[in-house]
Amino acid sequence: MAEAGAVTETIGQAATQARVTEARRFWRVFMSRSLVRIGMVIIVALIITAIFAPILAPYDPYAQDLSQTLANPNTKHWLGTDSLGRDTLSRIIYGSRTSLMVGLVAVVVAAAIGMTLGLIAGYYGGWINPIIMRFVDGLLAFPMILLALAVAALLGGGIRNVIIALGVSLVPVYARLMCGQALTVKENDYVTAARAIGASNARIMLVHVLPNCFPPLIVLMTMMMGMAILAEAGLSFLGLGIKPPGAAWGAMVSDGYQLLLTNPILAFAPGVAIMLTVFAFNMVGDGLRDALDPRLRGTL
Amino acid sequence: MAALLTVKGLQTHFNTDRGIVKAVDGVSYHIDPGETVGVVGESGCGKSVTQLSVLQLIPSPPGKTVGGEVVFEGRNILEYEANGAQMREIRGGKIAMIFQEPMTSLNPVLTIGRQLTEMMELHQGMGKAEARARAIELLGMVGIPDGAKRIDNYPHQFSGGMRQRVMIAMALSCSPKIVIADEPTTALDVTTQAQLLELMQNMMRRLGSSLVMVTHNLGVVARYANRIYVMYAGRIVESGDAKEIFGHPKHPYTIGLLSCVPRLDECGKKERKLVPIQGMPPALINMPKTCAFLPRCAYRTARCEQEVWPELRPVADRHYVRCFDDIGQANVCK
Repeated sequence: MAEAGAVTETIGQAATQARVTEARRFWRVFMSRSLVRIGMVIIVALIITAIFAPILAPYDPYAQDLSQTLANPNTKHWLGTDSLGRDTLSRIIYGSRTSLMVGLVAVVVAAAIGMTLGLIAGYYGGWINPIIMRFVDGLLAFPMILLALAVAALLGGGIRNVIIALGVSLVPVYARLMCGQALTVKENDYVTAARAIGASNARIMLVHVLPNCFPPLIVLMTMMMGMAILAEAGLSFLGLGIKPPGAAWGAMVSDGYQLLLTNPILAFAPGVAIMLTVFAFNMVGDGLRDALDPRLRGTL
Repeated sequence: MAALLTVKGLQTHFNTDRGIVKAVDGVSYHIDPGETVGVVGESGCGKSVTQLSVLQLIPSPPGKTVGGEVVFEGRNILEYEANGAQMREIRGGKIAMIFQEPMTSLNPVLTIGRQLTEMMELHQGMGKAEARARAIELLGMVGIPDGAKRIDNYPHQFSGGMRQRVMIAMALSCSPKIVIADEPTTALDVTTQAQLLELMQNMMRRLGSSLVMVTHNLGVVARYANRIYVMYAGRIVESGDAKEIFGHPKHPYTIGLLSCVPRLDECGKKERKLVPIQGMPPALINMPKTCAFLPRCAYRTARCEQEVWPELRPVADRHYVRCFDDIGQANVCK
């Protein structure tokens, strides 16, 4: 009897261990590449910067000091000042708030709408699928930035409208991926099994299909963060994004670009910030993709 | 005794690019309370589709149940909307199903406990804690030790046999009147098969449920079934008590099936060769009106090639066969 107890105990332990190793394996693969680690560091630093911007920024990003216009980097203004005498470093620090918020909200909103559309289209199929997906295909036909431009031009500038513009332009990407995922996942035996125990369509969709569709969508969301931030910078650069005097990296590049020959730091500093951010999100997205890839399960 | 479930003239067709596949073409059978019924046939003979049709689980399109009725508790349940509330109440609650592939029939992202309690919460309105306690009890009943710990495990932490035990626990959790087991042991190794079949038999007895065992394994039905339906090409070709079917098979197909299974009791004969059935089961598109088994039949006559496939006719007490002739070869070993 004691022996049987010991055996049971071992089985239980093995089971717990399997769970632990799965999580560990994820972290090991995810963190194995140095680029992914660098990306994580940048993202964490960016989030901290955005949250603690008022503490970290040496100056008020909106305060003009007309006696100190177009200063070169010096000990008081590490990255110099712009044509209105505003501290560039402080503006970049505050700009991280705009970028992160626009990126995050646009991606989450787009993912929520796109995934709902894709899930319904993929799960129900029949005549519902073509109706939703042809509409989505129509949106996909436009390059993302063009669609965002059109929506932004229609609605006007401002952070809310930029989020809407980017959100709309990202919806079709999620819808398409989700639809494909739902189409494959719903063919699984456990979906039939769920139906056989009397689960409703809504329940099957939310409890059984949706969670099994997640891995590629998580990767897409991370990658899209980078794209959305870049697109927001593009819109701001073109004057359709954040209205002055709001601090946005794209708008800063646009302002500094006119003084590229005399004060290159004005355009370069926010440009580097954009580049590093997009790079970081792409690297982390890559790392997630590798770590979540079921084909690699058990091999790495 | 009134039958628990009566299926009359069930027809399920699939629309394909090449034509209509009549996967189930006029199948009638009944299930009495508390009995174990075996449905036997080769792959693709329509045995699984029949069972899925009863619960309206055929993916539509391309499949569609075009005719017949399924009477359960005095109502034709085919009239219910496929995913409507009435149909959902029957599924799992009154008629439960166990599937062939335990490895894929459990949702990989949910814990065993979550999946076990789902059904009880759906059908019996149990609270979370109550359902959980019952789930642990059920795991114990199906022979999973340490249920309290294992309930929070995920399916990938279970072996195939364990998962099928979980599936059995799930099917039985709401004490259904009928459990349909669609090749429940095919994917498992032989020792596990035997254990699980015993387990299912015991559980059925305990709950007083009827069991429909869909299988191509004659050994399984020989040991556990009270009655047997033999299916071929979407129809029932022979039905009767298990003893009668094994002792006095009448349909050439049943005889063929039995003579390609090795037996230990060779009735004193020194050697008996296993005789395979020649040919392949037919594709179910554009079937001729004559007997579907005709091209493979060793006993065919001129009449078979001219006349339409006959209906089931009684040959003995509760023994029906779909063939013109009384094939004399009553038992392979006599």
